[in-house]
Amino acid sequence: MAVKGTAALFLHMPSPQSNTWLHRFACLTAAATLVLIGIGGLVTSHEAGMAVPDWPNSYGYNMFLFPVSKWVGGIFYEHSHRLVATVVGVLVVALTRWLGGTPSRGPLAAIGLSEFVAGLALLRWLPEWKAAGYFLNGIGAVVLLAALAWVRIEPARRPLPQLGWVAFALVQIQGLLGGLRVVLVRDEIGIFHGVLAQLFFVTLSAIALLSSGWWEKSRQTLIGPVPPPGEPQRASGILPWVLVGTTALMIVQLVLGATMRHEHAGLAISDFPLAHGKLWPAMDQASIELYNQQRTEVVGVHAITAFQVRLQMVHRIVALLIVVGVAASAWLALKKPGSTGVSPARTRLTMFWAGLVLAQALLGAATIWTNKAADVATAHVLVGALSLATGASLCIIACRNLTFARRTADSLEAPFGARPSATGLKS
Amino acid sequence: MKKSCLFIVVAALSVATGTRAGDISGTITLKGTPPAEKSFEKSSDPKCGSAKGSTHHYVVGANGALANCVVSLKGLSGKSTGASAAPAVLDQKECEYSPVILAVQTGQKVMVKNSDPTLHNVHIVPGPGGNDEKNMAQGPNAPELPYTPTKAENFLMFKCDVHNWMYAWVSVFDHPYFAVTDKDGKYTIKGVPDGKYTLAVTHRKAAPAATPVTKEVEVKGGNITEDFTLEAK
Repeated sequence: MAVKGTAALFLHMPSPQSNTWLHRFACLTAAATLVLIGIGGLVTSHEAGMAVPDWPNSYGYNMFLFPVSKWVGGIFYEHSHRLVATVVGVLVVALTRWLGGTPSRGPLAAIGLSEFVAGLALLRWLPEWKAAGYFLNGIGAVVLLAALAWVRIEPARRPLPQLGWVAFALVQIQGLLGGLRVVLVRDEIGIFHGVLAQLFFVTLSAIALLSSGWWEKSRQTLIGPVPPPGEPQRASGILPWVLVGTTALMIVQLVLGATMRHEHAGLAISDFPLAHGKLWPAMDQASIELYNQQRTEVVGVHAITAFQVRLQMVHRIVALLIVVGVAASAWLALKKPGSTGVSPARTRLTMFWAGLVLAQALLGAATIWTNKAADVATAHVLVGALSLATGASLCIIACRNLTFARRTADSLEAPFGARPSATGLKS
Repeated sequence: MKKSCLFIVVAALSVATGTRAGDISGTITLKGTPPAEKSFEKSSDPKCGSAKGSTHHYVVGANGALANCVVSLKGLSGKSTGASAAPAVLDQKECEYSPVILAVQTGQKVMVKNSDPTLHNVHIVPGPGGNDEKNMAQGPNAPELPYTPTKAENFLMFKCDVHNWMYAWVSVFDHPYFAVTDKDGKYTIKGVPDGKYTLAVTHRKAAPAATPVTKEVEVKGGNITEDFTLEAK
């Protein structure tokens, strides 16, 4: 009887919006992704991206059966990255299924079957693409299993299922990019892989935020008083733009950082706050040659080029702009709620963001001062990912607040099914 | 193949018409104090033998003798005899490449050997527009891995990503007139046909490939001696 009851509960789970387990699972997936980004950062910091020359096998072994005794040097980082990536892939497929509910079974079955068949076709007719074929077989089988799982769930409220599908697409593209970077031996793919990893983490963070009970319940505390009709929303009008602009700069910074790391040339500028002893370093051919001659590389890296020196200078300038943007956000958030329309919760989150960005700036400097020590450079990547995700979350909150305020002013229903409360938002 | 045959015919005609050949030899020394080398840990792989290693950007002997300089005749192309030349060997011992600097001809095989009881990956990383990039696994006691460069290139990098401190540089020429200085800073380029040439010296640090140290030389049979002094910057 008890078994029947448990099975009934399992087979007909409650609606996701009231299911704290969905939120916890989303948090777990985001946390696993952060771990994956950390290990990926270690792979690049240790110049170990090509330490396992084959994929999806590892030195000819099925990756799940690769002996632990062979996980030495750079293999340890690269192989661990592949295993954790597999775990994240499975988690995201399950999350997509959970968010999409029972209606997601059809699309998942179609996608899984297509991937499985495409994998078999590659193995049969394009043997030079057999690595991609094995990958498609593996991921296709996992997706098919998720589709076949007979768990009846109501789909989550919009836009969670849609975000689930975005994460589902990104995780598969990421897996494929990671593998192709190895088998095609192309550094450029590493840049896309690094950038997409953090955008994927942002997507999962957004899912975790939107599926939280806090998101549902804290609507009133998130949103400050709405100005009387006819009065412009001065600060709350500026703040979202500062948040969005700074977060967009963070994405630019992410692309710059990923390009710097995947040029595999070590530190193009080895001092900070000056750059090769000057405010703006010389980039003529003779100076570049001198920089190369004067450094003592331990790791086999490419020679420094003028492009890389310029890239690091742009990275420093964008970092400064981000610090200014975050400082402006913190200043606006610290102003009295009455004049800014910013809640204490959002103020705390903005201050946390400012703390992260400050730590990130220090880690950037420390990366140079430690001659790009692997752990410091990886911490720079991790805090960068957290800063971006926090910035994106603040943007989402700010955008919702604006939407609420506008809709309340127009006596319309709030988004995501929530209704304006009697306190604070009543027009 | 056609180019090799043509070169042999030209060489034979040269002998028949009395054209002579000579050797160019000399010593390369370093002036100034180079930056200190850095040591590194090899403990991430217990099978590497020694636990510590050191970089060897400047290998300087007695009286400033500088090893690992590549000396070559500049501006020659299409004279490679690499296809018929003996393969060059690049060994991996105690998780370090030996030698660190090697020079070969286009079409000449480079055999990469693994003398270690551990896994390596042989990752060949060309410069822009250079040879093909390759990444190959090589287990302990695995057969030697062949790699044949097809384009002339200065300092083609061979690296191991399992042991990130492992790297070697292979300069590839489209002719056989080159040499690498030994621990005494000495080199000899043999069998250079009579004529006027530009002799170029490159070194990973003291004389980069883009700005080699050069001298105009003339070979008139017999041996000539050309010494160079490079500067540590």
